[in-house]
Parts: sequence; C-alpha cells; structure tokens
Amino acid sequence: MTNLYQQLSQDIRFIEGMKACLNCGTCTAICPAAEFYDYQPRKIVDTLQSKDEAAIEALLKSDTIWYCGECMSCMTRCPRGNAPGMLIIALRSLSQELGYFVESEKGRQQLAVKRTVGEWILKYGYCLYPSQISPENHPEQGPIWEWEHKNIEGVMNRLGANYEKTGPGILRKIPQEALDEIRAIFEVTGGMDRYDKIEEFSRMKAAEMGLDLKEGMDNDYIRHIYTTNSPKHSRDHED
Amino acid sequence: MKIEGKQMIWKEYQKEIASDNFFYVRSCVRQNFFPGSEKTFLRIMRDELQKDVFENASHTTCSGIGYHSDIVPIETTMTMIARQFALMTEAGKENFTTSCITSFGLYNEVLETWHHFPDVEERVRQNLLKATGRSFNKPKNISHASDVIFHFRKEIADRGKFTLTDHRTGKPLRVVEHIGCHYSKMFPSKGVGGAEYPYVLAGMIEDWGGEVIDYPERRHCCGFGFRQYLVKANRGYSIACSKKKFESMESYSPDMILTNCPGCPMFLDRWQYAISEMEGKTYGGNGQGIPVLTYEELAGLVLGYNPWDLGLQVHQVPVEPLLDKMGVPYDPGMKFKGANGEDLGMPEAPSYLNFYPETA
Repeated sequence: MTNLYQQLSQDIRFIEGMKACLNCGTCTAICPAAEFYDYQPRKIVDTLQSKDEAAIEALLKSDTIWYCGECMSCMTRCPRGNAPGMLIIALRSLSQELGYFVESEKGRQQLAVKRTVGEWILKYGYCLYPSQISPENHPEQGPIWEWEHKNIEGVMNRLGANYEKTGPGILRKIPQEALDEIRAIFEVTGGMDRYDKIEEFSRMKAAEMGLDLKEGMDNDYIRHIYTTNSPKHSRDHED
Repeated sequence: MKIEGKQMIWKEYQKEIASDNFFYVRSCVRQNFFPGSEKTFLRIMRDELQKDVFENASHTTCSGIGYHSDIVPIETTMTMIARQFALMTEAGKENFTTSCITSFGLYNEVLETWHHFPDVEERVRQNLLKATGRSFNKPKNISHASDVIFHFRKEIADRGKFTLTDHRTGKPLRVVEHIGCHYSKMFPSKGVGGAEYPYVLAGMIEDWGGEVIDYPERRHCCGFGFRQYLVKANRGYSIACSKKKFESMESYSPDMILTNCPGCPMFLDRWQYAISEMEGKTYGGNGQGIPVLTYEELAGLVLGYNPWDLGLQVHQVPVEPLLDKMGVPYDPGMKFKGANGEDLGMPEAPSYLNFYPETA
C-alpha cells in the first residue's frame, strides 16, 4: 500500500501542477473561493509539499478541498508554475477513491452531483438537460425559466432546436448507439467505478447518519446534502 | 516598419484561427439556455459567409461539467474527447470548433497533456478503440466559436445593418465584456490576446462601433464554480462572484454585458434577477438590469436578425433597452409567441426587475 503522497504523485494533474511553492500567496489573492470561504489555496500547496501524511489525510477528509470553483485563475498567476486548481482535482479524485469525501459536509455533496449531472451524461448524452432542471431546485432561474420549462417544446421549436428529435441540431436526441459508446467509455476508463464508489460510500454514510437513501433525488440523505450549508464555511465565520 | 514592429510585439497574443471546413461541437449549457445562439452561429457561418460547418448528430457532451465537478475521472473525459476527435476524423475535417469554453479549455488541456505525456495519449487511443472501435487524428486547429466570429468580425460589420451606437445620439454604446475563465487563464496562448489582454470580444465590440469599458473586476469569475452552482447549498459562492462584478461595473453605466462562455451569460443574467429579489437592487437604472448577450446574439443584432429569432426573449433581464438604443425594431407582441404565433402564455414579472418595460 503506497502512502497518500505517493498516490497523489501518480496523478497527472499533480505532476503538471506541483512544483516547489514559495508561499507567496498570489494564488490566494486571486482566488474567488478565498474571498467567500474560509480557504487558502496557498495552504493546500504548502501542506502537500510538506508530505505530512497525517495532514494530507486530514485534508482529504475536510471541507477545505471542496471550496475551489476550478476557475483556474491561480494557474495564470503562480510565479512558479504551480496550478493549485489542478491539485484540488487530484485531491478530490483521491478523496472519492478512498471514500474520505463522505467525512465532510461539502464532500458528501458529490452524490447529488453524481445523481444529476453524472446520470444525465449517461442517460441523455448531455451534462444538463432542460426537463431535469426543475424550477423548484433552481429558483434563481426566475420566472423566465418557469415559463420555458412549462413550454419547453414550444420554446425550443420557436428557437430552431431539434429537441428530442433525430438528426443533428440543438438538444437532438442522441442516438442510442452513441449513448452505448459513452457507457462503454465509462466502463473501460473507470468512470463507472467512480460512480459506484460515490454511491457505495454514500450509502454507508447515510446509514451511519440514520438518513434514508433511495434511488433518485427524493429522499432524506439527498435533501440533506443538497441543501445543508453550515455557517462554518464562511470566511467571516466565528469559531 | 513601426506596424511590423508592433505586430511582432503582439505576436504571442495572436492565434491562428481556421477560415473554413469546420467540425462543430455544441455546448450543453448553451443548448439548454441559449439555443438561439447556436442557431445564429450556424446561420451566420453557412448563410452569410458561405462556410462549411459540419455537425455529426452522434457527438455528445465532452463530460466537462462532470469532470470539473469531479465526478468524472480524467481518463474518462480524455476518452470522451478522443471520441469527438474520431467523429471529426471520420468526417474528413481537421478544424475543430466548439461552442463551449469548458470544452475548449479541456480540449487544449488534453492536447497539452498528450504532448508532454505520449504514453497517456497512447493509453487513451487504446481505451477508445476498446470501447468504441474508433481511432482518431488530432485536430490541426482548435477554436472556440467566438474565435471564429472574431475572425470574421469585419465581414460581419461590412454586412451589418446596425452598429453599437446609440442611434439617437450617435455615441458609441458602452460595453462590458466577460471572457470566461477557461478561455485563456489555463492556456493563454490558445486564446486571442492571451490571459493578459483577451481581445476576442473587445475586437468585436470595437469593430461593431462600441466602446469597451475597463473596470476593476473585469477578469473576475462569473461564479459558476461547477459544484458551487450545481449544488443548491453552494450557490452563495456563485451569486457573490457575480455581485462583485456588478458592483464594480455599475458606476461605469454599461449599456450591456457581452459574454464568451455559455455559462457566464446565464449567471450574469439570472443573478441580476436573484439579487433584485433578495435586495431590491437593480444595476441598470430605472429598475432595469444590464442586458447580457452572447457574442452570437450580438452578431445577429448587428446583421439585422429578428431579436426573437436570436432567442433574446429567454433572458431574464430584458434586452429592450439595448434594442431601443441601437434602433433595432421589434414586435413586443411576438416576444413570447411560439413558432407561427403559437400562444405560449407569458412569464410572470419579477418583483423588482422591470420586466415589461413597455407597460411599466
């Protein structure tokens, strides 16, 4: 069994994104997440280059690695060519492989992402699909989306889409052969294993928390992880 | 000599953009929220400019939103991208253009990774072959669809019926542009103007008669943040980013915001609505918002296309103030009609945002 640092070192994002950090803090200064959350990308890189196994394990189980928005503004600005955003992707990948993600409030949210975007990719061939973007889950979309959602076929037809029809075009029905190919790619390359791990570790965590977890989004565990937002995450929180 | 010298200095900020024979891949976000924009891109390319733009119905998501929300492993995403390249290869094309900035960033990232790690490319080739039986050539040229519109911006201006000027005063309209982080922050050499001087939208604005506003938070993220928007509990991050930009641009009184990425116009449009509902605050004066347009929509307006054919009716922030300034004619009664005048009802008016200006 290799240690955590060694496992991270095998990730291509880690190889590309981790040079020696001089702790200048430029990444934190430019980071949108650092303005909002109790978060400093500089500390992430510094923890990693310390190779302190206990500290890395704590990081993998923490909320901290889930605050980044992956905008990659840090990648442009680091004077040493580090890419903290890439390191975050490597950390999140390992956290899910090891099941550590369920140990934090923000990490547990991965099941909600898997059950929405993750399943839409396989079912529809799109990351987003209009019939699934409900006004209830997306009040910020406003009355315009309520109107569109209610009249989706009429609106898409008016705007020249090929919604749920065969042939090329906007929101066309992706041919079954193409969906079969996507599924095969996920099976061959570890995508399906990742989905299974997210499900399995979440199922165990839900049982531990005493929350009901069934298929789909209409259950206690999903509602909990989709909406819970503790004050502790804020940059301005008081301990 | 001076011009040559300047051209030499700016060479690293330029990129080669193909002129014809494109393989086009669509954007998940743009298809959902701004379908008229993709329709307009193809209308301009095929009908106005007589270019060959090919689309294969079997192309799919690149899985980019799944990758950047960390549920999809990189091996999977690289192979999904390899499949798109295989469809391009089978179509006999070499110029790949995408409607999506997340995809554009990932295509560049994957090609860069394969360049530095040929063994990874070989593994992806084997994975693709095993999963689909397909093989691929890498594209000779990769562009975002906005690069292509930028490339033809002068031709569009030449054919234009309207300019970015206030037709009542003759003054240039003041335009805020928003590039989208993954266009050039990761791989600056892949975007027009790089990360420091992104020019892809500014070039359109200038050539179509407008004035580009420089403001402090011009390069700040719109706040998508992938999981920071996808999960309801995290959306405070997303709206806070957009609000930071609105507060920063407000004093410059922009007439519109022009966007590059498919997601950014959605967030900059919808968060103006959400902020108005939460705080009663609007940023456009007189209870109006600041209209947010995609580059395809703006090109369509310049070319004189019907605003409702462009999809401007599916914006939560009404665009009529901009149309009035440009002198673009429109029929308010047809705004929310379906094809052939089908009655689709009307959206409810927001609490504070002036949504039906003609009746306000």
